[in-house]
Amino acid sequence: MTNYLLRGGRVIDPSQNLDITPLDVLVEKGVISLIDQGIYRRATIRRRIKSGELEEINLRELVLCPGLIDMHTHLREPGYEYKETIGTGSKAAAAGGFTAVACMPNTNPINDNRAVTEFILRKAKSCGLSRIYPIAAITKGSLGESLSEFGDLKDAGAVAVSDDGRPVMNSAIMRLAMEYASSFGLSVISHCEDLNLSAGGLMNEGFTATELGFPGIPSVAEEIMVAREILLSQYTGVPIHLAHISTRGAVNLVREGKKRGIKVTAETAPHYFTLTEENLKEFDTNLKTNPPLRGREDLLAIKEALKDGTIDVIASDHAPHGRTDKEVEFTFAASGISGLETSLGLSLILVEEGILTLSQLIEKMSLAPARILGVPGGSLAIGSPADITIIDLKKKWQVDPLKFYSRGKNSPFAGYILKGKAVLTMVAGTITYNEIGKTT
Amino acid sequence: MKLNRKDILGIRDLTPEEINLILDTADSFLEVSTRPIKKVPTLRGKTVINLFYEPSTRTRTSFEIAAKRLSADTINISTSTSSVVKGETLIDTARNLEAMNPDVVVLRHSAAGAPHMLAKLIKPSIINAGDGAHEHPTQALLDMLTIRTKKGKIKGLKVAIIGDIAHSRVARSNIYGLTKMGAEVVVAGPATMIPRDIEKMGVKAFTRIEKALSGADIIMMLRIQTEREKLSIFPSLREYATYFSLNRENIKLAKEDVLVMHPGPVNRGVEISPDVADGPYSVILDQVTFGVAVRMALLYLLVGGVGDELPA
Repeated sequence: MTNYLLRGGRVIDPSQNLDITPLDVLVEKGVISLIDQGIYRRATIRRRIKSGELEEINLRELVLCPGLIDMHTHLREPGYEYKETIGTGSKAAAAGGFTAVACMPNTNPINDNRAVTEFILRKAKSCGLSRIYPIAAITKGSLGESLSEFGDLKDAGAVAVSDDGRPVMNSAIMRLAMEYASSFGLSVISHCEDLNLSAGGLMNEGFTATELGFPGIPSVAEEIMVAREILLSQYTGVPIHLAHISTRGAVNLVREGKKRGIKVTAETAPHYFTLTEENLKEFDTNLKTNPPLRGREDLLAIKEALKDGTIDVIASDHAPHGRTDKEVEFTFAASGISGLETSLGLSLILVEEGILTLSQLIEKMSLAPARILGVPGGSLAIGSPADITIIDLKKKWQVDPLKFYSRGKNSPFAGYILKGKAVLTMVAGTITYNEIGKTT
Repeated sequence: MKLNRKDILGIRDLTPEEINLILDTADSFLEVSTRPIKKVPTLRGKTVINLFYEPSTRTRTSFEIAAKRLSADTINISTSTSSVVKGETLIDTARNLEAMNPDVVVLRHSAAGAPHMLAKLIKPSIINAGDGAHEHPTQALLDMLTIRTKKGKIKGLKVAIIGDIAHSRVARSNIYGLTKMGAEVVVAGPATMIPRDIEKMGVKAFTRIEKALSGADIIMMLRIQTEREKLSIFPSLREYATYFSLNRENIKLAKEDVLVMHPGPVNRGVEISPDVADGPYSVILDQVTFGVAVRMALLYLLVGGVGDELPA
């Protein structure tokens, strides 16, 4: 395996409070073995480079950070391979700058048993581009009735349990899930949606829905469940992670919960701080998401919550779909955005706007998800696996879904000019994506 | 003169000038329907397809008669006889129809935005004959023609729209149209039928109907969709009729020369009592007559050939 000297970049590692330019990073045998200034000058290093035993990559003007982790994706395999496979999803992840992704259990069959979890991990290993962390279903068949075998799932390699897309409506089941998950050290991730309140809804309930005549999904459908999960977490003492938070009220509840010392963490997705319900006036099915795009005041509240730390994580909620799922009437279109390849570019706008420092952004996209999922990564500490993302902050590029590695071309960001892109991704010392020096 | 647009998707997109042009044109077509031979050659050789994904008698018939009186060829497709049941998508159906070179596709669909989607994809003009709870532009235009004809104006009139505003495309199109034309629009119904932030559309909203009826020049009653009762937005038809119907008593709150309108089909004894529906204020059947003229006007304005004259 090749060893690398990653030379002269701006090295950012929130886990060590590090943001220094220039710094050299030495990667040997897949592990970060040394971080220092001027490693490249050392005679032994020059000799190794000359002999071809060590490859030097010049990172002038580039950022080097711990590999990004997307803790909320849908890789669709098994069952929906026409939307995405673990292979194409891993490629999309690598191109988006991610070294690891967690995948939700709403496959077919549902990931509620060891066989599916092991299948996912076997597939992931065979393509070898990203670390894949399976998230198992809270209940068998995601029916909300009886718990999946958490112990067996954990042993098989699942890192968390979630009801994503099919919320557990029964509060007693959710309480049991949280308590039982704590026995096995599994994180619990909740998709907060009261299905009775959201029933039939197609977009955020508000003026735009009123104008378009669409049945609405009220913000309170999310907030009631956010409140429930926070209260259950407080009562059981078990941490809870809230997926894709989208409303001002939800943000306020999380902030309040954190203030009271409850172990609640929250994530949002780039579309919730980039787009609002008003974008839906043209009936673009690529804008149909769940939760739906919300109002302007919600978008501002999400940004504020990212800034003050109420929202811990940015995850893409990568939801690839086939053309047949989206090229239909808005009413019948599937929800979701293919987000792995635009997540970083859209999130960097937050840095440009001064809402987050680059280090804070990297923390929300690497260290924080690693901690919440209880997985390695998110750090450049000496001796840790060389999961590294290299970012060119100045690279301008136009979003072209047809060029996505993902099978899901469903992006409402087509045509957007974004500034900043992952140009090299490395997993355990192996380069999984590299466009340094390429013009696009 | 022609409308400078390919499609009629909603009243929201139209300017007051365009609405006036459509109504003026409709005026001149009214007379055609009273002739012994109710046909002019204006659209000879043009093809109009009525593509209806929802049941409709009035609107579909009205479009068909309008097209036929203009000498266009018409084809009616409804879900029960089309390949929709075989699982063909709307886009594929539309592309197949387009391949047969029609000039106009009139689309009725349960999904809001369906005509907008087709308008972007296919060449023929699209006329929205009702999309979900979004818009029903030809209904609003015929309502405005009825009001203008009967009252001599639209501007300054108080129009009360009563019923299930949340699920009504007729309400939305009329709100857009009437406010553009300078009318004062109020809406009323039980709070479960008033959609959020409706005031931002430029109307006043009430959750009991009396305030809305008070001083009204026009009362537009909406059909209560009895199948919605399941969703419990109101407890029973009996209770609805007791508190929210237009009857001989509460109509007295309106102006003496009030006009009562209804887009049909009427649920007699639910949203409107039979004596009011048939009473002297009612212009419900005039609306149907004006509907043909408005649809003739739209077909003419969208695809009438250059140099075609209005009927002499």
